[in-house]
Amino acid sequence: MTLPLQHHPYGEHDAVLPPGDVTRHDSAPIDLDTRLHLYRRQQEMRQFEKRAYDLFMQQLVKGTSHLSLGMEAIAAGFGVAMRADDYSFATYRGHAHTLARGVGMTPVLAELLGRANGLLGGKGGSMHLTSVEHGMLGSYAIIGAHLTIANGAAWSAQYRGSGQVAVCFFGDGTTNIGAFHEALNYAAVYRLPVVFVCENNLYMEYTVTSDITAVRRPAADRAAAYGMTPIEIDGNDADEVYQTAVAALARARSGAGPSLVEAVTYRHGGHSRADPGKYRPAAEVAAWQAYDPVAIYRGRLRRLGVDPAQLDRIDKEVADAVDEATEQASAGELPPPGSAMTELWADGGSSWRN
Amino acid sequence: MAQLSYREAVARGIAQEMDRDERVVLVGEDVAGAGGVFKTTAGLLDRFGPRRVVDTPISEQAILGAAMGAAMTGLRPVAEIMFSDFFAVCWDIVVNQIAKTRYMTNGQVSLPLVIKSGNGGSLRFGAQHSQSVENWAMAVPGLKVVSPSTPTDVVGLMAAAVRSDDPVLFFEHKGLYSGRAEVPDGEIVDTLGTAKIRRPGRDATVVALGLMVPRALRAADELAGRGIDVEVIDVRSLVPLDVTTILDSVHRTGRLFTVEENPRLLGWGAEIASIAVDEAFWDLDGPVQRITTPHIPLPSADSLEDLVIPSVESIGQTIEKALQS
Repeated sequence: MTLPLQHHPYGEHDAVLPPGDVTRHDSAPIDLDTRLHLYRRQQEMRQFEKRAYDLFMQQLVKGTSHLSLGMEAIAAGFGVAMRADDYSFATYRGHAHTLARGVGMTPVLAELLGRANGLLGGKGGSMHLTSVEHGMLGSYAIIGAHLTIANGAAWSAQYRGSGQVAVCFFGDGTTNIGAFHEALNYAAVYRLPVVFVCENNLYMEYTVTSDITAVRRPAADRAAAYGMTPIEIDGNDADEVYQTAVAALARARSGAGPSLVEAVTYRHGGHSRADPGKYRPAAEVAAWQAYDPVAIYRGRLRRLGVDPAQLDRIDKEVADAVDEATEQASAGELPPPGSAMTELWADGGSSWRN
Repeated sequence: MAQLSYREAVARGIAQEMDRDERVVLVGEDVAGAGGVFKTTAGLLDRFGPRRVVDTPISEQAILGAAMGAAMTGLRPVAEIMFSDFFAVCWDIVVNQIAKTRYMTNGQVSLPLVIKSGNGGSLRFGAQHSQSVENWAMAVPGLKVVSPSTPTDVVGLMAAAVRSDDPVLFFEHKGLYSGRAEVPDGEIVDTLGTAKIRRPGRDATVVALGLMVPRALRAADELAGRGIDVEVIDVRSLVPLDVTTILDSVHRTGRLFTVEENPRLLGWGAEIASIAVDEAFWDLDGPVQRITTPHIPLPSADSLEDLVIPSVESIGQTIEKALQS
């Protein structure tokens, strides 16, 4: 056996190109209101993430950031398909998944800026966005852990007979950590109402996933080990994601158990803000930039006869909302110093002794 | 009043809370059909059924993740990690997820869950099934940590842990499971963060936890025969820590000893010694002394294990020597 990396120097692996046909789902049975909703959501995520990037580059956002630019169709497709009381679990790349549940841009951006009006009062930051009232049960920054936690929320829903489903998003790199495998077996054993969604953007941080994974499809090729059906979809087509989500959510709600979805996508940027993503073949980056989920969706709506002025209006409304959120977030106060010592315990404080 | 073993008290405490609250569920390896490898959950499956008492695969991360997710969404799970040594394979879920989530979400998420675990040595299980790891837990902001030493305390502290809206690590001492004592009838609910004076005394304060409590008490009885009258405090709860009871005692006795099963470095007694030096320095008539297992993994041979874990003899000798010098 030879190690995969011996076949090629770093960064010179074969390019993986996107599918070619953007019209495949033009006639999918999805009503226009839903499609306009999907479009608006993707625009929100796109424009929000661009603004977040700009604020990082201006050094107004500290720490790190992991953007979903290029991956919006997955968050939008699931977000629109989910019931209001379903649960979302995301990774540190969770801005889009938070917006997908209807959380306002202002508290999310204010959290990135470390302000008191941030979603978490400035105590969580970019990688831990959570809004329980929206069913956004958290963004988790240790690879794999939140698959097990999503199982717990699904178990609780099953126990309470609430009909809720937990949807857990994670990256391709997660498929090689132990918690992923524990969680899949566990979910299958108890037929938990959970949908696992692998956002396969082909790279685990700075390394091409195919170099360090024993199977070609990092999630789908593992499904059989847990009695699940392999599901691989185009993660850049919001209609394909939406229809997959509807089916997987219905299956979970019916008591038939978990699903594992591998949605193939691409990040337009690097892993995080410090990463220019130079380890990716230029032809691959160019092809996926062209196979852009927002552009694909706008094209579809145009072919379906939607007036471009209507789409421009949505774009403008979203742009205005991003500007307003930027203004309100930037105007937020710094967190009160005392807040550093609150909410460790349920009594609101952090005392460990009498 | 009934004679109850420590292991039976664990099951009684959980049953008391499951009877009272439908949201309380139990999950872990072999906890249902087998009644637990240490028989601490015997009878619970028959009484509460497989919906509430759940056997799991050997998947400690999945077990604790499930407990966390369930606690976030309306249940009050009790999860078992069979041997506390196994915390090392799921420590991410405990430390990065369970302990931090309330703080990181600025209070949006409460995690009312209990993780019970068999802790400590004296059963000759060797280095990977005998550790005292309560000080690992104590070092993590966001975890409450208790370790009862009597059957009555097991019931009462389990009830307090289940009713707490914060995550509680509940360390059962494996060396105490077979011990029996009278336990009052009826509901028992104790309070987290409270130490107990097990034996009053005038000459020195001896602070102990878990299996070290009965050993310290026997040492105290022997010292009494030699004219030394020590007070023994059962810490019971490391977080929150009942500093008041300990320092009040030091104020009366003027000497402080800790008896810790954990390996030496950064054992819980080091924190108590530090607090005493900071806050009760002028009450002290001599150095604070820590009696601990040396800084080694535990050996398996009975002769060696007995040699290294603080014993009745080593506790008594250390205290006597210190007080005479």
